[in-house]
Amino acid sequence: MSPRRTETGGRIDRLRTIRFTFDGAPYTGHAGDTLASALLAKGVTLFGRSFKYHRPRGLLAAGVEEPNALVTVLRGDVREPNIPATMVEIYDGLVAVSQNRFPSLAWDVSAVNQLGGKILLAGFYYKTFMGPVIGPLKGTRFWMFCEHFIRRAAGLGRAGTAPDPSRYERMNAFCDVLVVGSGPAGLTAAKAAADQGARVILVELEPRFGGTANWSGETIDGAPASDWAGRIVGQLEGYDNVRLLPRTTVWGYYDGNTLAALERVTDHKEVPAKGEPRQRYWAIRAKTVVLATGSFERPLVFPGNDRPGVMLAHAAERYANEYGVLPGERIALFTNNDSAYRSAVALKKAGAAIVAVIDVRSDVSNEMSRLASEAEAELLAGHAVVATEGGKALAGLKVQRFDMISGALSGDERSIHADCLLMSGGWSPTIHLASQAGAKAEWDPGRQAFLPPRPTQRWPTQQWIGAGAFTGSFSTAEAIAEGRAAGLQAAGGTASLAALPVVGAAPGDPDPAPVFEIKAKGKSFVDFQHDVTAEDVRLAHREGFVSVEHLKRYTTLGMATDQGKSSNVPGLAIMAEALGKPIPEVGTTRFRPPYTPVSIGSLAAERFGDLKPERLTPMHDWHIANGATMYSAGLWYRPMIYGLAGETVEQAYVREAKASRESAGIVDVSTLGKIAVQGPDAAELLDRVYTNVFSTLAIGKARYGLMLREDGLAFDDGTTWRLGEQDFLMTTTTANAGKVMQHLEYFLDVIWPELKVTVTSVTDERAGAAIGGPNARAILASCVTGTAVDNATLPFMGIVHGQIAGVPVMICRLSFSGEMAFEVYSGAGHGTRVWEALIEAGRPFGLVTYGLEALGTMRIEKGHVTGAEIDGRTTARDLYLDWMLSKKKPFIGSAMMDREGLIAPDRLQLVGLISLDNRPFNGGAHIVEELDEANPHDSIGHITACCYSPALGKYIALALVKGGKARHGTRAFVSDPLRNRYGPIEIVSNHFYDPDGSRMHG
Amino acid sequence: MLITCPYCGPRDVIEFTYQGDGNRTRPQPASQDLDAWNAYVYDRLNPAGDHNEIWQHSGGCRAHLRIVRNTLTHEILSTAFARGGHKSAGHKAGGNQ
Repeated sequence: MSPRRTETGGRIDRLRTIRFTFDGAPYTGHAGDTLASALLAKGVTLFGRSFKYHRPRGLLAAGVEEPNALVTVLRGDVREPNIPATMVEIYDGLVAVSQNRFPSLAWDVSAVNQLGGKILLAGFYYKTFMGPVIGPLKGTRFWMFCEHFIRRAAGLGRAGTAPDPSRYERMNAFCDVLVVGSGPAGLTAAKAAADQGARVILVELEPRFGGTANWSGETIDGAPASDWAGRIVGQLEGYDNVRLLPRTTVWGYYDGNTLAALERVTDHKEVPAKGEPRQRYWAIRAKTVVLATGSFERPLVFPGNDRPGVMLAHAAERYANEYGVLPGERIALFTNNDSAYRSAVALKKAGAAIVAVIDVRSDVSNEMSRLASEAEAELLAGHAVVATEGGKALAGLKVQRFDMISGALSGDERSIHADCLLMSGGWSPTIHLASQAGAKAEWDPGRQAFLPPRPTQRWPTQQWIGAGAFTGSFSTAEAIAEGRAAGLQAAGGTASLAALPVVGAAPGDPDPAPVFEIKAKGKSFVDFQHDVTAEDVRLAHREGFVSVEHLKRYTTLGMATDQGKSSNVPGLAIMAEALGKPIPEVGTTRFRPPYTPVSIGSLAAERFGDLKPERLTPMHDWHIANGATMYSAGLWYRPMIYGLAGETVEQAYVREAKASRESAGIVDVSTLGKIAVQGPDAAELLDRVYTNVFSTLAIGKARYGLMLREDGLAFDDGTTWRLGEQDFLMTTTTANAGKVMQHLEYFLDVIWPELKVTVTSVTDERAGAAIGGPNARAILASCVTGTAVDNATLPFMGIVHGQIAGVPVMICRLSFSGEMAFEVYSGAGHGTRVWEALIEAGRPFGLVTYGLEALGTMRIEKGHVTGAEIDGRTTARDLYLDWMLSKKKPFIGSAMMDREGLIAPDRLQLVGLISLDNRPFNGGAHIVEELDEANPHDSIGHITACCYSPALGKYIALALVKGGKARHGTRAFVSDPLRNRYGPIEIVSNHFYDPDGSRMHG
Repeated sequence: MLITCPYCGPRDVIEFTYQGDGNRTRPQPASQDLDAWNAYVYDRLNPAGDHNEIWQHSGGCRAHLRIVRNTLTHEILSTAFARGGHKSAGHKAGGNQ
């Protein structure tokens, strides 16, 4: 005897046969089957092995809350683990395998763990592996040794390693009313809101709309409930203002009524249709949300409640009515409430023998007695199941007399022969989304369940309305009434007086008896997926865990992939009893997103690979065409070197730097941050943000400036040009352009709104080329028209306007390389034309193009600072820029920059280093006074930038070293254990080359 | 989270940059009162409840906003230009000049 397909019934398409494999064996099912229903129909009862003890496990549920029957679905090399078999729709060619078993599901070596059950208690790993040192068994190290084996033995499915070839999509949707759940409450709400003209989205996580109407066997207005649901869905499909989303799970409820949903678009298809993504991530912004998410039936906690063949009562009813599958031939039911009686009748009708209804309550209502007789079941009131028998399928169970008040068992054990035991421990509303939205659950002593409170937030944009079983109204008639009211309210309509549909349903009291656990000998499971037993919960209590949040973490109750959908309330009830407190005082944990596991692919959607935008200078294509090796600097791509055939990077930059100093070099500086600072108070603003004075700067001149942060540390440097009385062009370092802009905007908006200044980012509007070297001026003179560039017209830090190749340009004479140099700016669109004209003009002079490496080399030789030295920890004094700190005026950072710690004599300060062993340095290497390769110690500083200096013929570096200048002329060592580079160095001034600046002043 | 920019209307929080505690008062620029500077640079209120904050609509009009936000519920109680000249949400006039 085993589960089987019924002759008739169910909402499957019996004419369509679908072939799939499970653990390598071929199976068939019908269209409309889930993997769970199809396998059950073929007599499969064993679906998986449990997490810790490797106990055989079968189906507990029929829906999303299934904790046991987790499978891995394979598509080519791609494996998706831990999917409940109840959520896998079968398709031709489906390949699914079971999990956590070795070598096979039926014969599993780790099942011996069951014998060690006394050892693998709650906190086993903490206690064993964080414990005291016993011989070689050192706590953490021992754990690391064992981890490999434990991870193999305990666990769920294995993640794949093959890249996921699927495509995912993200959609943004907006609606007036989002209805979550499409049972009778949700359907009615969607219809009512849509009839008011509201834009409605109706979301259902199952493939079929209708929820309980699909399997309840009830009638609505005289027709089967499923027909009624089908009719409403048909009507909604015809509405322009309604979007129906089946196979879609709303998994997150965020601020401002933003909800996240996952639509499984093609997971149920053998081959996706053209253009279809695998899954679609919906970001839904709803004015109002109707939560009609229903409820979950709870298991009862008793010894052997995890044996294959023990199932939730409604799940069996659903398998019979929706899928045409009987989970057993001889079925017993064990309940603390009335709802199981309806299940008994339904299963009887479907063809099973109902051997007994075991009810913990001693007085059962006449209506329920009548239902038990209708099912031809023996009614054992005031009894409880104390044991189950069987291995990979249920063989029977034992019952005893049970006193509900004391929890005591009495009388002889009686054996009942059954191949399926259905349990019902009452119902818990699915309050997850409301909990995520911030609502605190309230315990209802009648329903013995946490109910969502009415939302009371004063925030008008966080609106949800509950309907149906979600609110604890478990009958279909109530669900329809609440659904209509919710839909009308959500759409801003007025309450309707029209008659509601008439529901024909089995009678029953929605309130269960307050019984969660039968205490008898044997393992009674609370959390099936994480193998947490009632005894584990009590052990946690004995060991001093009183907070429900700690209980959860210590026992891992409710922390598996099902997030405790079935185990939450029974676990709390057992904890409350151990604490001797009522359940509401123990409280419940808050649910967090996601409601069900979400694929990472759907979250990324189209955004994968390199997500950063690429910023390219106007001359980018020229660089590529002329042999540049590009380097990414922040978002920008800049030439690193223009290497010749066979050249190393070092050879290339040395050649470029050398040629620049001997004749001339040109570099693309379009990436420098450029901010137009304009207005009557522009000069005043600059005086406040720079450490030096800008209001005295003459029109047509530029000045080097330094900014500090409010806390007195160095922030950024650059030159600012005065183009007019009220018109300045500020340049910033490439990396800090955005930060400086935000800094200025903040001060103008928040601190000094009285200043009449506007700041505009003009970085992208201008192309820039810096041309420097002894021949730079001659090259410019040969191509610039409309202005002279001689020393009188264009002195150091002077600005002129002219044309190159007919393009208007602005030229400023300033130098980063230490040579006589000019920055030439044109409109971005003309950048390449000007650049090419300069290259052409430079040809007779041997002008070279150079990249970031040569640029860095020349600046290191000159001892100029960049972001490597202005690293957020250095002050102006550390960098010997104190000459820039004006004493005539306050500026940002001036009050804080001279605090004790910022002027201490042992601060790291800027120096130059020369390699005495003629070997290259590495950035980040430490400087020590005493070389000790075995045990490096006492760093006195570190290298910030290094290169081979063609001007000096030596390997040199800039470094931040304790004491700074005081060490000039002394020797120390570089100590770089990571790269095994040790050697003697000399500490010198950071101004290696042309310290008096005679070359750039000309 | 949605923030209603007085200039641009309701926008997602990802368009905005948090710019810190709005309760700070910057001392006069020439002030040498280090305690006052210290409080301004380092002290933050961090209340559990209503909080004055500065946000910048960095992905929009770039105006800085003074926002009263409840740090427990993320409820936004008021939004105004940091420069003053508050316009109520949806009233698209004035700008931030």
